[in-house]
Amino acid sequence: MRITEHPILSFPEKKQIAFVIDGKEGYGYEGDTIAAALHAMGIRKLSHSIHLKRPRGFYCAIGNCASCNMIVDGVPNVRTCVTLLREGMVVKTQENKGEIHD
Amino acid sequence: MLNKTGVPTIDLIKSRFPKEELLVKPKAITECYEEIPCNPCSTSCPFDAISIGEDINKPPQVDFEKCTGCGICVYSCPGLAIMTVQIVHDKARFKIPYEFRPLPKVNDVYEGVNRNGDVITTVVIEKVTLTEKQDRTVLLQVLVPIEFLYEFVTIRRPI
Amino acid sequence: MIEKDLVIIGGGPSGLSAAKTAAESGLSSLIIERDYKLGGQLVKQTHMFFGSEKQYAKTRGIDIAKILIDDVLSYPNLIEIMTNTAVVGLYNDKVITILHEEKYSKIKARAIIIATGASEKVLAFENNDMPGIYGAGAVQTLMNVYGVLPGQDVVMVGSGNIGLIVSYQLLQAGVNVKCVLEAAGTIGGYKVHASKLKRLGVDIKTSTSVIKAVGGECLQKIITSKLDEKWNFIPGTEETIELDALCVSVGLSPLGNLLSMIGVEMKYVSSLGGLVPMISHSHETSVENVFVAGDVSGVEEASSAIVEGYLTGLIVAQKLGFEHPNYEVLIQDLRSQLDNLRSGPFGEKTRNGLLEIMR
Ligand code: SF4
Ligand code: SF4
Repeated sequence: MRITEHPILSFPEKKQIAFVIDGKEGYGYEGDTIAAALHAMGIRKLSHSIHLKRPRGFYCAIGNCASCNMIVDGVPNVRTCVTLLREGMVVKTQENKGEIHD
Repeated sequence: MLNKTGVPTIDLIKSRFPKEELLVKPKAITECYEEIPCNPCSTSCPFDAISIGEDINKPPQVDFEKCTGCGICVYSCPGLAIMTVQIVHDKARFKIPYEFRPLPKVNDVYEGVNRNGDVITTVVIEKVTLTEKQDRTVLLQVLVPIEFLYEFVTIRRPI
Repeated sequence: MIEKDLVIIGGGPSGLSAAKTAAESGLSSLIIERDYKLGGQLVKQTHMFFGSEKQYAKTRGIDIAKILIDDVLSYPNLIEIMTNTAVVGLYNDKVITILHEEKYSKIKARAIIIATGASEKVLAFENNDMPGIYGAGAVQTLMNVYGVLPGQDVVMVGSGNIGLIVSYQLLQAGVNVKCVLEAAGTIGGYKVHASKLKRLGVDIKTSTSVIKAVGGECLQKIITSKLDEKWNFIPGTEETIELDALCVSVGLSPLGNLLSMIGVEMKYVSSLGGLVPMISHSHETSVENVFVAGDVSGVEEASSAIVEGYLTGLIVAQKLGFEHPNYEVLIQDLRSQLDNLRSGPFGEKTRNGLLEIMR
């Protein structure tokens, strides 16, 4: 869900950006971080805990807690809450600690 | 009370009002009871009607003789803790800060609420102002039945 | 290796203001920021600030960010900025390893100001890691920077200023805030913020906390309970609240990891938020020419962080031989601004905490 009307802020319409999330098509807008775009699409589970594989979403949204780490264009452990979305990005849920060559 | 719920007692509320005779003209009511480091109400008043002093933690004090009810402090207060009040016959006229959308329109009727958040009455919107200087805090001028002089605080939904 | 006079780590309120006064003194600096933009947490503060005119009171945080960033950009010859850059190593000889676009490089600085700020604490309860449970500041970022809502029905845990302010901002964004929970017996933040919520129909439930979160892949409910004076749950007082997002605002802890890397003398001071460096009156740590400003040396309001930045920038410049023509007057004014901001009852924790870390 996105804010349409706000008393203090304005969110002018921006260019749509297409990307791929776990093999499916996704859309966000220019200026979105990956996590914000996923959230707007209703996707809140971004990662798993390493041992018990518990679902995790972001907690801090400022690149501090590592709870939003995903595989982006083959690179693991990308902090999706501070990484801007780009056209054609391939985003995947990470199942482990992340290997250097995915 | 205030410490636990955010609702001041009626005595506390009344302590910020002038004598009712003075309310033939609009006056600023500062509902800021606590020592917090803040003073824009005082520095923004063009009539020097609000004093806080050197120690910005002191609560504001209004000189009702000087206050013209202009409403500048109402939108300058970061705590949205100021309104102006005037008695007009059997009605009380308030100017309150408002930071929500959609914006009310003149002559709209809204639910009026008290400091507890309960709906107590209906109010009529008289004026809606939003100038550049107000920095996105809207001033609503509303008319409320006089019996809610010490109770009314803001509006909720349109009726 | 690149050599710099002053490296400022962190481009938030204190880092930006330090760069400004250093530049005014004639000292050049490099600001390193790990985010892709400057401004730190000011960029999501849609509310008007408290304080006095000198700390931009009644200006909204988002606009203060613009002012501070513009100030810094007005010194293109003296202030260099690197965003998207993480400091991954810090050494005693003031060598800094940075990571920028997959590349590592090293910088040697004559002086360093660490202005890394603070991060949100977590609260221990069953299933507290479930998606849908966020730091209050994270939700503020999501809605005020990206325009995305965290959910429809939200509960806030913690009634400090951040909890109260973010609850109000959730209402402004059109979200239903079901209530604010506060473990202590009284409201933590400014009462003007609390009153603002209460009149809009949001209850602040004191002596109440979360026992557990319930849901599958995402949060659906929480179970709350009353607490006794010793902060134990009172059996039989449980309540279930349906919601789709929970915001946790139980305080911030200083981000001092870099300080620990170079063996700066640290101390745990709970009134300052956690582990903080021991500092001198001039904000210098136990390692010479390594300074701190802002929340990293004790969590406070952003107004104080700005003033601390201005102060530290001047002091560092003077120490490196670039004394501001008006040095004494400015320092005195900034110190009295800080004293004023901290002199009320809400400043008591900071006042006591600072006494504990003074070298
Ligand atoms: S209403 Fe106008 S005159 Fe009265 S205190 Fe406020 S700013 Fe001053
Ligand atoms: S500006 Fe508002 S919050 Fe600040 S001291 Fe004045 S009345 Fe209180």
